[in-house]
Amino acid sequence: MTAILNVRNICKRFGKLDANKNISFEVSPGEILAILGENGAGKTTLMNIIFGHYLADNGTILFNGNELKSGDPKVAINAGIGMVHQHFTLAENLTVLENTLVGTQALYKPHLAEKKARNKLNYLAREFGLELNPDQLVRNLSVGQKQRIEILKTLFSDCKLLILDEPTASLTPQEVKSLFDSIRKLVAAGLGVILISHKLNEILEISNRIVVLRSGEIVGEVKTEDADKSQLGEMIVGHKINRPHRRKNSLTETKIELRSVSTKKSNELVSLEKVNLKVRGGEILGIAGVAGNGQKALAELLTGHTKPISGEIILNGENYTLKTPSDFINAGVAYIPEDRNADGTVGEMSIWENTILSESKNLNFFDKKGILNKLNSRELAHSICEKHDVRFQSVEQPARLLSGGNIQKLLIGRWLERNPTVIIACQPSRGLDEGAISAVHKTLLSQRKNSNGIILISEDLDELLSLSDKIMVLYGGKSSSVFENQNIDVARLGLLMAGDGFK
Amino acid sequence: MRLVEREQTPAWLPWCAILSSGFVTLIFAALLILAAGASPLEGFLELFKGAFGSKNAVAETGATATPLIFTGLAAAIAFKAKFWNIGAEGQLYTGALATTYFGAGLFEFSAFIMIPFLISVGFIFGALALLPMVLLRQFLRVDEVVTTLLMNFVIILLVSYLLEGPWKDPYSLGWPQASPIIDQGVLPQILPRTRLHLGFAIAILVAFIIWYIQTKTLFGYSSKAVGHNPSAAKHSGISVTKTMIGVAVLSGGIAGLAGVSETAGLKGYLTLDLSPGFGYTGIAVAMLGNLHPIGVIFSALFIAVIYVGADSMSRAINVPSYLADVIVASTILTVLISLVVIKYKVNLGRKY
Repeated sequence: MTAILNVRNICKRFGKLDANKNISFEVSPGEILAILGENGAGKTTLMNIIFGHYLADNGTILFNGNELKSGDPKVAINAGIGMVHQHFTLAENLTVLENTLVGTQALYKPHLAEKKARNKLNYLAREFGLELNPDQLVRNLSVGQKQRIEILKTLFSDCKLLILDEPTASLTPQEVKSLFDSIRKLVAAGLGVILISHKLNEILEISNRIVVLRSGEIVGEVKTEDADKSQLGEMIVGHKINRPHRRKNSLTETKIELRSVSTKKSNELVSLEKVNLKVRGGEILGIAGVAGNGQKALAELLTGHTKPISGEIILNGENYTLKTPSDFINAGVAYIPEDRNADGTVGEMSIWENTILSESKNLNFFDKKGILNKLNSRELAHSICEKHDVRFQSVEQPARLLSGGNIQKLLIGRWLERNPTVIIACQPSRGLDEGAISAVHKTLLSQRKNSNGIILISEDLDELLSLSDKIMVLYGGKSSSVFENQNIDVARLGLLMAGDGFK
Repeated sequence: MRLVEREQTPAWLPWCAILSSGFVTLIFAALLILAAGASPLEGFLELFKGAFGSKNAVAETGATATPLIFTGLAAAIAFKAKFWNIGAEGQLYTGALATTYFGAGLFEFSAFIMIPFLISVGFIFGALALLPMVLLRQFLRVDEVVTTLLMNFVIILLVSYLLEGPWKDPYSLGWPQASPIIDQGVLPQILPRTRLHLGFAIAILVAFIIWYIQTKTLFGYSSKAVGHNPSAAKHSGISVTKTMIGVAVLSGGIAGLAGVSETAGLKGYLTLDLSPGFGYTGIAVAMLGNLHPIGVIFSALFIAVIYVGADSMSRAINVPSYLADVIVASTILTVLISLVVIKYKVNLGRKY
């Protein structure tokens, strides 16, 4: 069969960085091609070039044998390329049907061909297992359902090639399964699918062929049936991966405990309802859940930034229900926030200024009169960067120039200097490359070994299963019971993440 | 067109950008002088002479710069912490009211006590005039741009009422002005027989103190962190509200000092035209000084040179003195543009 998409010698540079270098591959109708690679390997840049958001410096893209004039998403859509981004582009206040029409119909058309559209939408939904009620408001849908609309939108505009960017990032295991069923039906109907991901297991399950990208170049192309997991892993990072392993650990006294705590809903936080949890020294409690189910509210609660309306917070045996954030910090609570740029570091300030952000009461850095000791601060910055392998040019450079992984290492290093006893880690490895992820995991495990209590909040179930001693699910601001990791039932977890089993 | 942040700024670029912005302003002013029917060269010469030509001219420039340094610092401190205090004008008048209330005969001390006393009350009352706004912002999320701006009118109307009524000086021959500050409270002249007074030296000193606070102390450090990223500061245990209150006290207090210096230094008594908008010009001074306290000294001096020089230029070659406003405004615009060029690369047309 002839290829539907033919990418030839695509090159793209951003400044000094080769984002894409001589990339060539093809996709045939009825084929699922997986593009694997770490963050920053150039996957997204490549897709943006195919879809016309970026203009390639060099190279051509053939679609159905015709050259695709690049630089305009409209051309790509009209030719039959559909893209589902990791972050959805839906209007929350419109219905499913209206969302399908927006962007697929001319803006100033006097009447919307609604009936015809509804029939087509229902037909497509039935045909490919993407059932949805066309009249439901998008705001009331789950992440998985929203993704279905995005896929339906592309099918609605008669797409021949579907590009899915990290489609499983925030789905429950059951939703992933149903997505894969739909994808199989789509390729059976003759579509070509490109799947961008960094999750090896899923790729091996669904794809026909795998292209591995590293630092902007294709480093390998294999048929999925011939692929070997560990070999692929090495191909992705360029060296052997050694993610650290959890070993048996003895537990000490209770470090932090929530007793039936509820909080109010606020602008950015969902409310929590009677959440119970307990972490002892030397263990990691994993909090699973789909994004937006109270993870941030829980983290802010455990660090004193939100106050409960009922219930108690017990920290190291004392009642901390009404204490301030700085009391929590002084009692040894470290907080790795989910958004390290917005909540963790001050991008405009230098590295050394960032390292003393939580040291305002430390006489080594600010003496009794409040005079800053720059010498000690810079020394601290150097020692943190050295200990935690933060790559930097100078401690005077603004923190925003550091890569995500380096910022995270700096942030964690800064907290560890305070010898915390409780660590609240919120999505600590999100968006990091493999090297940084394993560094973060190693740190968390060594803190566990030091008998500290750790709460790991993550959307990545694999991460939770490999690090946590116990796992709890958060759904709609409520907590599930706690499961021991040894004999955990992943399907059960998935159902809980989707809200099944909560009252 | 799009702006891309530079990773590294070439060393020559800031100088080049600032010089060319000065050059563009000169050309612009020259065109306007030409349009007014005079020779630009002669105009610039007169402007220069007016600002530097004699001891008196230099003193006059310094005296004009004094309130601008204070109000410029007030704006720079607040803006650096992203607290938009537009009310320096009102805080200036509050400082002047305090100076008049305490300095026109209520207490009599020797000059060594009287002057620091007046400076302190001016600072305190200027700070008090801004304090409610920062509390409203931190606790009730009331926008401080609106409250500080509107407060200006409230305070100026209060001054107007006092000067027309209860505080009116019976010996003022009917003019709306308050009783003069007693002799011990008047800021002495720095250059004899000119209008340059101690206030100028105090302004420079205050600028250096602020510079020290901003770079060397916990408070300066916290206000920088809170200004750039309040959320990260909060998550690191820095109290955003306490820091903002400190910033407001400092900003309002220093604006109040402008009132002390004008009342007890330049005029000797409070009038309704004490400030021809120094509070607002202070915002321009702060922007031009890139919100840096030492930069504020230079930008205040620059603006004073233009105002004083343009005034005497307009008398010498008969062009409108409004040219001064045009020159100041176009300087601010060109300097702001050059600051953008220093920080960003301009990509014309090309798409990514």
